[in-house]
Amino acid sequence: MTEEKIKLSTQNLNLWFGNKHVLKNINAAFAENKVTALIGPSGCGKSTLLRSFNRMHDLTPDARIEGKLFLESLDLYDKNISVTQVRKRIGMVFQKANPFPKSIYDNINYGLKINDIPQGDRKGIVENALKESYLWEEVKDELNKPATRLSGGQQQRLCIARTVALRPEIILMDEPCSALDPISTLKIEDLIHSLKDKYTIVIVTHNMQQAQRVSDKTIFMYLGDIIEEADTAELFNNPQKELTQNYISGHFG
Amino acid sequence: MNTRVRERYDAVFKLLFKTTGMLVIAVLGGIFLMLVWNTVAFFIKVSPVDFITGTQWNPSGSQASYGILPLVVSTTLVTIGAMLIAIPLGIGTAAFISEYAGKRLKNFLKPAVEMLAAIPSVAIGFLGIVVVGPGIAALTGQPNGLNALNGAVLLAVMALPTIVTIAEDAINAVPASYREASYGVGANRWQTLVFVTIPAAAPGIIAAIMLGVGRAIGETMTVLMATGNVSAFPKGFFHSVRTITATIAIEMGEVPYQTTHYFALFAIAAVLFLMTLAANLAGEYFVNRFRKYHAA
Repeated sequence: MTEEKIKLSTQNLNLWFGNKHVLKNINAAFAENKVTALIGPSGCGKSTLLRSFNRMHDLTPDARIEGKLFLESLDLYDKNISVTQVRKRIGMVFQKANPFPKSIYDNINYGLKINDIPQGDRKGIVENALKESYLWEEVKDELNKPATRLSGGQQQRLCIARTVALRPEIILMDEPCSALDPISTLKIEDLIHSLKDKYTIVIVTHNMQQAQRVSDKTIFMYLGDIIEEADTAELFNNPQKELTQNYISGHFG
Repeated sequence: MNTRVRERYDAVFKLLFKTTGMLVIAVLGGIFLMLVWNTVAFFIKVSPVDFITGTQWNPSGSQASYGILPLVVSTTLVTIGAMLIAIPLGIGTAAFISEYAGKRLKNFLKPAVEMLAAIPSVAIGFLGIVVVGPGIAALTGQPNGLNALNGAVLLAVMALPTIVTIAEDAINAVPASYREASYGVGANRWQTLVFVTIPAAAPGIIAAIMLGVGRAIGETMTVLMATGNVSAFPKGFFHSVRTITATIAIEMGEVPYQTTHYFALFAIAAVLFLMTLAANLAGEYFVNRFRKYHAA
């Protein structure tokens, strides 16, 4: 992966929750405008790694981080950096769709308001974000409806719309389809394909078919270590490590 | 134990709980009927229009007058004053305990606030007479501080533990995923609290406020001691007032049985009941409006 531009990277990243060593000396790189999948059995640290990029662990009192994380050349944990700016540039879609208990419109408008986007521009941005998330046709007549009335798949697409509305450079997705039915999952995967042109996407998934369908690169993690990383087709068809082979063929996990 | 006996147990307990439940309803209904009965007796002697529009409460004068307006205005004044103080303070404290305070501070603050509720109302009234009242008098240059503001401050103190405790529970119960979503789009703590967490906790917070209002409207001893009990029409926060509750407490002991004055006290009690009922219904309405946006 030398020819691509590296958007996101870690350097000797270690993370502890209390005494538990969750990420062990991680050195990873994520290429621009690619979808990178993080796979591995439960508890391997893939979600933890994902959440360290937009500094979600800041909210966990007993989390301790050593090492460096970079957005291009920007040190994400530098003391002089505003964490809210980091989170604006690195958006996140969570495992369980978590729309705010507000209307559909306000769900997207909230982020715009928070980030001081002029009032006059907001309406267009909301519409655009909904279109980009393939949700516009379904909700355009009921933007004032409570978001919680939408179906699970629609809610998740709304959460994606909420994220892309801020034009982040990176979108982190933490098992975005784990609570959805197959049709909703398909829609989200289509969406991921179309977002790739504009954004760098990192997606955590338990579903190996999904990783093969949506990602360009795959990183396999196990017990806090990166075991193997490669182009997705390469990793699934020709894994170099026995552990990878065992995991992708379903021997454990 | 054979099945027969077990089923018998079930039947017995079902009956027992049904009885206790019915008993509560019966007591409530009884109180309500007594209020209505005596109120009707009062309205046979005094016209409801005079009662509602009369601006003077003077049951023992040579020309007895039963205007409830000054009492209602007094109660409203003290209650609104108390809420103006207690609502921002209560929600602020609840938000601080739940979102900002460290673990140790939280473990100290929450019980401390709850302890406030254990102070008897007489003690708070006493505080009003010797500390808060004179303080208000000194600050505003008045001869004494036994006025509506004094009552409002004391009632605010009394309503705070309820408001803080219930509001804090409500804020705490907001799912972490809402906060994460808010932080995820770049919001800071303050924005998350004001625009996401508090609105999401609104049903609980409104319930907390309504319970606080209920406490303030119905509280007797403190306002009796601290607000001066002048039955002249109240002119503002710096004047003495006489609430509905204080009026009933003062006069009920001295009034002859089944006179017009006796029935009049039931009538104003019925009005008090309607006021608390209205506060509760309003609270219920707002709770439902916010609930619309929550997942079923």
